[in-house]
Amino acid sequence: MATRPTLTFVLMDPPYETARTTTALRLLDIAARRGYNLNVFAYEGAVYIPFSKQAPHANAVHGRDLAQEDHPNPKDWVEAIIAEAQRQGGTVDWVQCGLCVDERGAAESIPGLRRGSPADLVKFAEVSDNTLVIPTK
Amino acid sequence: MAKKVLQVIETAYRGTLEEQDDTVLWLTHAMRGAGLHTDVLLRGNATNYPVKAQDASGLEFGGRKQTQPPRIADDVAKLIERGANVYIVTEDLDRRGIQMPDLVRGLKPVGSAELPKLLGGYDQIWHW
Repeated sequence: MATRPTLTFVLMDPPYETARTTTALRLLDIAARRGYNLNVFAYEGAVYIPFSKQAPHANAVHGRDLAQEDHPNPKDWVEAIIAEAQRQGGTVDWVQCGLCVDERGAAESIPGLRRGSPADLVKFAEVSDNTLVIPTK
Repeated sequence: MAKKVLQVIETAYRGTLEEQDDTVLWLTHAMRGAGLHTDVLLRGNATNYPVKAQDASGLEFGGRKQTQPPRIADDVAKLIERGANVYIVTEDLDRRGIQMPDLVRGLKPVGSAELPKLLGGYDQIWHW
């Protein structure tokens, strides 16, 4: 690949609330598989997507124990996308909006992410081929 | 006398991949298990929930595959098997081109004009 496209995604929804979070992660996954360089600005509730204290659970209604339920938390999906990007030679620069994190007490996120501010989003936009906002509706 | 509660489910497919189910159907199963006399009315986009041909499998991020995708039609069927009345609004089916043979068995179709009488038979209506 002569030049790797750079895409920025702005996410706003928390996990477990709408289909938008998984849709956003699907798009990130496709781009990661193509070796693109990816920027993510997690804003508002989206800072909970990579929250490290997410935990899988057994599910009595489903009749499955912890192992059988095999519940993938969104933080695991983020980890998998970052790993896929690295396998393909791309990058993922995931910025957690610092003020959003503080408001929510969501400081514990998985490794490989960083705390930032709207200034980071400005820089992302400047170096990106395009920016996709997936807002809360 | 125990309260009768009708769960009206309208907002559909909200976080179902992450949860591996619909949270209101899940809650209904759990509350029935805890002794609540509760039934379900599917309306709006939730009328797609009992469609048998749904297949949410195949979700994969990087090397992480989802092994237990939501099986919402099965969850509806289990509610019926366990004695819940699951009603479905016929006009909402018609608008979406969904036919009764497309759905799990045991649903109770109900027209909009019949809803006041149906709702009147419950002590509480919870609209999701």
